[in-house]
Amino acid sequence: MISIAFLFISCVKLLLIPSYHSTDFEVHRNWLAITHNLPISKWYFEDSSEWTLDYPPFFAWFEYFLSHFAKWFDINMLKLDNHNYSSFNTILFQRLSVIVTDVVFAYGTYQCTLAFNSSWRAKVVLPLLLLANVGLLMVDHIHFQYNGIMYGILLMSLANMFKERYLSAACWFTVLLNMKHLYLYVAPAYFVYLLRNYCFTSKMFIFNLKHIIQSFSVKNTFRLGAVVISIFAISFVPFLHQIQQVISRLFPFKRGLCHAYWAPNIWAIYNVVDKAAIVAGKTIGLNINNTLATMTGGLVQEVSHTVLPDIKPFLTIVLTATAMLPALYKLWSSGSNALNFVRCLVICGLTSFLFGWHVHEKAILMTIIPLSILSVVEAGDAKTFLLLSTVGHYSLFPLLFPNSLLLIKVTLYVLYSCYAFYSLFKMYPLHLCKYSLPLLNSLESLYLIGLIPLFLYENIFHHMFSLSASLPFLPLMLTSVYCSFGVTYSWLKYYIYFLNKCDMPVKTVKKKR
Amino acid sequence: MRVESETWLCIFGVLVAILLRCTTSLHPHSGQGKPPMFGDYEAQRHWMEITVNLPLNEWYYNTSRNDLEYWGLDYPPLTAYHSYICGKFAEFINPDFVALNESRGYESEEHKLFMRYTVLIVDFCLYIPAIILYFILTVKMYKKSDAEIKTESEKQTIPISIQLSIILALFYPGMILIDHGHFQYNCVSLAFAIYAITFLCIHQNILASIFFCLALNYKQMELYHSLPFFLYLLSTCVPKPGQNAIAGFKKLFKIGLTVIITFFVIWAPFLTNINDTKQVLHRLFPVARGVFEDKVANVWCALNVIFKFKLNFTNESMLRYCTIVTLTAVLPSGADLFLRPNVRKFVPALINSSLAFFLFSFQVHEKSILLAVIPVILYSHIEPLTCFWFLIISLFSMFPLIVKDELVLAFVALTTFYVAAIHIILEYSKGKQTKSQTPSNSVLTDMKQVLLDALQVQDGESGLAFVRNLIEKREIFYDLVQYAVVISSLIGCVVLMLLMLIIEPPENYPDVFPLLISAYSCVHFVGFFIYFNIVQFKIPQAVEDVRHIKLKSD
Repeated sequence: MISIAFLFISCVKLLLIPSYHSTDFEVHRNWLAITHNLPISKWYFEDSSEWTLDYPPFFAWFEYFLSHFAKWFDINMLKLDNHNYSSFNTILFQRLSVIVTDVVFAYGTYQCTLAFNSSWRAKVVLPLLLLANVGLLMVDHIHFQYNGIMYGILLMSLANMFKERYLSAACWFTVLLNMKHLYLYVAPAYFVYLLRNYCFTSKMFIFNLKHIIQSFSVKNTFRLGAVVISIFAISFVPFLHQIQQVISRLFPFKRGLCHAYWAPNIWAIYNVVDKAAIVAGKTIGLNINNTLATMTGGLVQEVSHTVLPDIKPFLTIVLTATAMLPALYKLWSSGSNALNFVRCLVICGLTSFLFGWHVHEKAILMTIIPLSILSVVEAGDAKTFLLLSTVGHYSLFPLLFPNSLLLIKVTLYVLYSCYAFYSLFKMYPLHLCKYSLPLLNSLESLYLIGLIPLFLYENIFHHMFSLSASLPFLPLMLTSVYCSFGVTYSWLKYYIYFLNKCDMPVKTVKKKR
Repeated sequence: MRVESETWLCIFGVLVAILLRCTTSLHPHSGQGKPPMFGDYEAQRHWMEITVNLPLNEWYYNTSRNDLEYWGLDYPPLTAYHSYICGKFAEFINPDFVALNESRGYESEEHKLFMRYTVLIVDFCLYIPAIILYFILTVKMYKKSDAEIKTESEKQTIPISIQLSIILALFYPGMILIDHGHFQYNCVSLAFAIYAITFLCIHQNILASIFFCLALNYKQMELYHSLPFFLYLLSTCVPKPGQNAIAGFKKLFKIGLTVIITFFVIWAPFLTNINDTKQVLHRLFPVARGVFEDKVANVWCALNVIFKFKLNFTNESMLRYCTIVTLTAVLPSGADLFLRPNVRKFVPALINSSLAFFLFSFQVHEKSILLAVIPVILYSHIEPLTCFWFLIISLFSMFPLIVKDELVLAFVALTTFYVAAIHIILEYSKGKQTKSQTPSNSVLTDMKQVLLDALQVQDGESGLAFVRNLIEKREIFYDLVQYAVVISSLIGCVVLMLLMLIIEPPENYPDVFPLLISAYSCVHFVGFFIYFNIVQFKIPQAVEDVRHIKLKSD
């Protein structure tokens, strides 16, 4: 089933090859050239292109590996100063490299399905929900990025966690961190869960601190530390003498609070409140210095608020950490329950997404993908999954702005969302009200249906009222604000659901043989 | 209310079919960036330019403002009207799209999007509903009339359910590639033809003739389908035993009047002047263009290797020979349809007629195979394996065109998708059918089982038992042989395509691979032609007629 589904989806991916690609395409072409031509000492210093290498070393090595195949397609794409080069063969190679490395994602999916009982849920629904994930299709195969391979590694790590192979889970996650440090968002969940279940061997799920502390295993802690540290060492030792440069590339806090297009999080709402305050202040005649209020200009990276206080990076970190704490405490107290671990991972991802500094809208996938595994386990998770995936994928639409993609993105989105609702409703036949979408209450249904007028406004009425000249960024702002309500609501709902979850381990997970 | 899960599958299938069409439209169109003549895309754009800017009586004439040498309008009036409507929209969006003479070879992202949307719209509004309607109505009708039939042997089993047949019909890559990749509006005339077939199958003869006139007036290629329509409709007018002749004449009169009125309405603007009518007709049937242009998988092109027709005959005499041979080839199936009429014969008769035209007629394009493809698609739920084999070969026969249009990527993706879908659906349908009898659902596992059984017997008893056992299971063997033939033929296709892509042809034979592909497909098409003739002959005369005969003899 997985292989044939993968084949079908790969065909669609092939058809998408000539579609629009974003500047990320040039970013990755440039990285191919950098890693292919320069000695590793210069990888993180090269800055002749504005798209400097800002991923951790393993990803650089991955590009280096790919560059050896790139030679066969078009040697010119490997020239350092060949900026914005995109011959047909270059496009073909880069697109194919994403399609082929998605095999890792398929393998990760396969591993995850193995972790569950061999019901049709795991055999049919889960692979389809994961493999056909519309967010990945849009981000990887149209917009252009290599998320497939990385989520594949994340899934492999999760599958190992389900099978209680903690060391390999940790190993894969460390590898993942060294490919894309964005996954630090969910690292707290890994840390707490491994500490609780691997470093302390007690399986008691009742919170008995004394008992747990007595079960501390020096041997396990040492093994875990050795694995993690050695992987980091392999990754960073060659760059040790320039570690500061690497770090400054990896964590560019000079970028603004929000990305060019605001990710649908708390700060999008915050910005809009600020904007509204300016407008309100003007109408009642207050004198507000409006020169700095360029947030809705959309393209400016560093921005400052006018009415509300400015947000500093440190504040976002503190907020994120504080908001995660209750979930982590709950994870600690629930003992060896892999499902709760994934739940906590989703919450960590969502929390970072909501409160983080310079969050990209694509990061929402980090919560949707693990949540799709849980959606086939319990109805409560499925409810949040439906809400979050529908909103989250919608919020990716502005990434694919060219008109030629309009119909494609809508068809993909409608197909995936309908399938998700259909299959999960078949699994949990719950209609909460007479007039509501399956598994959702009427307020949530109303909210999701509200996406339709929103879409129509953005794509038709906005141009019809010829507002595109005076308010060019209004549609983007509306999307991110509308979606941020949905994401925040899902976060709250899921958080409450998780905290109220019974601590007993659920027996759907197969034990290690 | 619970909707059946196969219906849901069908809804998702239709959505996927739409997705495939949208994504294919991202790929290059024919003649993209290839001056001075460009390709069919430019032809369609040029027609919009002509129809929007010139008065109707200049459309088909060579005038100072209308150079017929440059993609002159050579399709019937309905195409011209369609171009006019699209052209008006184009003018509204951006007058540069259709500026007279200025816009030749106009290409831009915006314009490509506009053109692609015009095809997508007619595809969604005409073709996709046509396919859905056909399968729903005709299968219901078959089931209803099956219920009336008492004898078991006359019942037709339908191996693939309606929903799955719809999905497979919509996934057929040929239509997608030619309309949304290469760029043409085949879906319009073919959709009209499908409506006509549907209405004919549910005995709505008046509606059927209206729709067939529309199809014929959109594209004169629909003549390939005209003989079965004519003969079948005529046969319904022949009074049944026990009816009087006047009823037959009434029917004939009704149908004739419908056809004349429909034609009159469509041609009205061109009928004011007899010369106009002649000029349009002259444009529609260009004898001067020769028996074939590019390499095409028909008999003349294949025989051309041995005997150069173009050198030995004038176009006029060639036209005469072609017509005679074609009519001879249609004769058996046509006579059968007329003398032993049965609605169920109609679709096979269409296959035979269009294949005969494709194989033997004058001035055939490789895209004309789509006219044979449509009835095969409409027959695929009854005879899946042969039909899908035919459909894949038809795709293969268009491969040289695909290479020319740089659509290989889309071709590979769509074909893989299609073949995988066929594979899954055939296995699934077979599994569902044989669920009650044997648990296995794959031919290979069946085979293994039979061989194991046979070998076990051989150990204990004589070789005779071995053979007897094999004969008992001969149906499975028959299946296996069928599969083996199909698969080896498909492997041949793949090999030829790979050769064409990889190897540079020798200098003195630049067209060797297209020719090989044409010949290979031609052999297959001749085989299919014979096979479908046999299929048609095996279907008995309609039951109601037989009953009448019995009544009479009583």
